[in-house]
Amino acid sequence: MIEGIPIQHFLIVSTIMFFIGIAGFIMRRNLITILMAIELILNSVNINFVIFNRYLYPDQLQGHFFAIFVVGIAAAEASVAIALIINIYRKLKNIDVENVNELRY
Amino acid sequence: MLSYSPSLGGGRGEALKFGDMNLSQFLMMRHELLLTAAALIILIAEIATADSAKRKLIPFTIALFAMVTVAGFFPVPEGTLFGGSYQSNPLTALMKNVLNIGVLIIFLQAEGWLKRPENSDRISEYFLLTVSTLIGMNFMISSGDFLMFYIGLETATIPIAGLAAFDRIRSRSAEAGIKLILSSALSSGVLLFGLSLIYGVTGSIYFTDIAQTITSNSMVALGFIFFVSGMGFKISLVPFHFWTADVYEGAPINVTSYLSVISKGAASFIFTIILFTVFKTLTEMWKPVIYTLAVFTMTVANLFALRQQNMKRFLAFSSIAQAGFLLLGILGNNDLGMSAVVYFVLIYIFTNLGAFGVVEAISNASGVETIDGYNGMYKTNPKLSLLMTLALFSLAGIPPVAGFFGKFFLFTAAAGSGYYILVLIAVLNATVSLYYYLRVVRAMFIEKSDNPVPTFKSSAYMRTALIICVAGIFAVGFASVIFDTIREISQNFLY
Repeated sequence: MIEGIPIQHFLIVSTIMFFIGIAGFIMRRNLITILMAIELILNSVNINFVIFNRYLYPDQLQGHFFAIFVVGIAAAEASVAIALIINIYRKLKNIDVENVNELRY
Repeated sequence: MLSYSPSLGGGRGEALKFGDMNLSQFLMMRHELLLTAAALIILIAEIATADSAKRKLIPFTIALFAMVTVAGFFPVPEGTLFGGSYQSNPLTALMKNVLNIGVLIIFLQAEGWLKRPENSDRISEYFLLTVSTLIGMNFMISSGDFLMFYIGLETATIPIAGLAAFDRIRSRSAEAGIKLILSSALSSGVLLFGLSLIYGVTGSIYFTDIAQTITSNSMVALGFIFFVSGMGFKISLVPFHFWTADVYEGAPINVTSYLSVISKGAASFIFTIILFTVFKTLTEMWKPVIYTLAVFTMTVANLFALRQQNMKRFLAFSSIAQAGFLLLGILGNNDLGMSAVVYFVLIYIFTNLGAFGVVEAISNASGVETIDGYNGMYKTNPKLSLLMTLALFSLAGIPPVAGFFGKFFLFTAAAGSGYYILVLIAVLNATVSLYYYLRVVRAMFIEKSDNPVPTFKSSAYMRTALIICVAGIFAVGFASVIFDTIREISQNFLY
C-alpha cells in the first residue's frame, strides 16, 4: 500500500495509457511509433497487474509474476518486430505505413 | 500425484516445492518434450550436414516428425504439473494429436517450395520455427492458468511472423510479416488488459480458482469483452479480421495454410476450453457476445469472399467464414459442442490442406494464383481439379464428404441449445458459400481458356500429402468411430 495514493489514481493512469496506445496504433504512420504504442498498451497492463496485486491481494505474488513475464515477452516481440521493420526498410528505404500498401483489403 | 493444488494466495512457496515431484510426472508433457527434442535434433542436423546436402534435411525432418506424431497417440497420464499451471487430460492430448497430423501434412507440402534455390540454405529454419510455434500451441492448449496460456500464445505467434516474412525476394512477404506481428501484438495487449481486469476482480490467474470466484459484474464484463476481442484477432472473427486477408495473401502459401488451419485450430481449442471452464458460470453473459460474433463473421466473410479473385485471399475469407460456423459449436456449451468443435477442426485440417495443397502445387508449377487462371484446368490436370472440387465440396458442406458431417454436428449442437434462428442464418450462409466455392469449380470444369495451366506432375511428397487429405476427407466423415471417440473423451472432460 502506498501512502496517500488511492488505487483509483493508478487505474485511471493505466486506462489512459491503454487508450493512448490504441489511438497511437491506429493513427501513427511510422512503424517504430506503432511499436511504441504497443509498448504503452503492454505497460498499462503491467501497471494494472502490479497495482491490483499490491492493493487488493498483498499476500500473494501472481500479479507481479505476470507483469515480469509480460515485460520479457514484450521484449521478444519488439525484437522480432524491429527485425521485420529493418527488413521492410531495406526493401523500400522507408518505414512509413503509407508505403506498406501493396496488399489492400 | 502432485500434492499441491492451486488455491487463493497460495502461489508463493508451495509451487516451488519440487521434493515430492518425481521425474516420471514430466511424462505428462510428452507431446511438448518430444517436440522440443525434435527441435534440438533439427538444430544439430543443420550443423552436421554439409552445405551441398541440406536438401536431405527435408526427408529427415519429415520422418522425425512422423515419429513424433505417431508417438503422440499413446495414452498420456492425466494430472497437473507446476502447481496447476499445466494440465494434461485425454482431451488436450487429442487436440495436440489433431494439430500434429495437420503439421505433418504441411511439412509434406512444403517440399517443393523449400527446394527452390533461394530457400535451399534455410530449410532447417523453416522446420525449426514451425516446430517451436507448435510447442507454444501445445503449452497453450494444456495451460491451467492465464500466465501459461499467454506464454504459449506468444510462443505460438512470434515465430509465425518470421515465417510469414520468409520469402526474401517478395516485398509482399515482408509486408505480411510486419502486419502479422503488429496486429498480433496489439491483440495480445488487448487480451492482457482484459485478463488484468479479471485478475483484479478474482484475485487469481488459475482457471480453477477463477471459475469458482467469478461473478457477473461490470468489471468482469469489461475484462471479458477485451479478452474476446484479443482472441477474436487470433481466430480472425469479424470485426477483428482485417489483418487476415492481407497476411494470407502476402505470406508464402505453405505458411498461409499453417496460419489458417493449425494456428486457428489451436486458438479455437483453447478459446472453447476457457469459455467452457473459466467462464462456465457466466454463460448468460458470453452467449449473446458469441452469438453476435457468429452472425457477423459468417455473413461478412461470405460477402467478401464473393468478390475475391486471388485464390489465397479467397481461401482466407472462406476460412474466416468457417471460424464463424465453429462458433455455433461453442454456443452449444455442452460436451456435444466441444466434440463438434474438435471434430470440425479435424475435418477442416484435411479439407483446407487439400485445397491449399492444390493451390500450392499449381503455384509452384506455373505461378498461377487467380481464379481466372484456373480456367480449363480439368483438361490439363484432371486429378488435381477433381481433388480441388472434393475439397471445396467438403468446405461447402455437401453431403457425401466429411465437411457435411462437421457442419451437421455444429448445427446440431447449436440447435440443441435452442438457437434455431442462428442455425437458419448459418444454413443460409452455407448456401451463399456454395456459390463462391462452385465458382472455382466452374472455372476448372466449364470455362475455356487459351492457355490453361500446363500439365505437370507434382512431387512424391505433395502427392502423399494430397492422398492423406483425400483419405481424411472420406474416412473422418464415414467412420463413425472417430466421432464417437471424440464424444466420449469430451464427455469425460467436461462432466
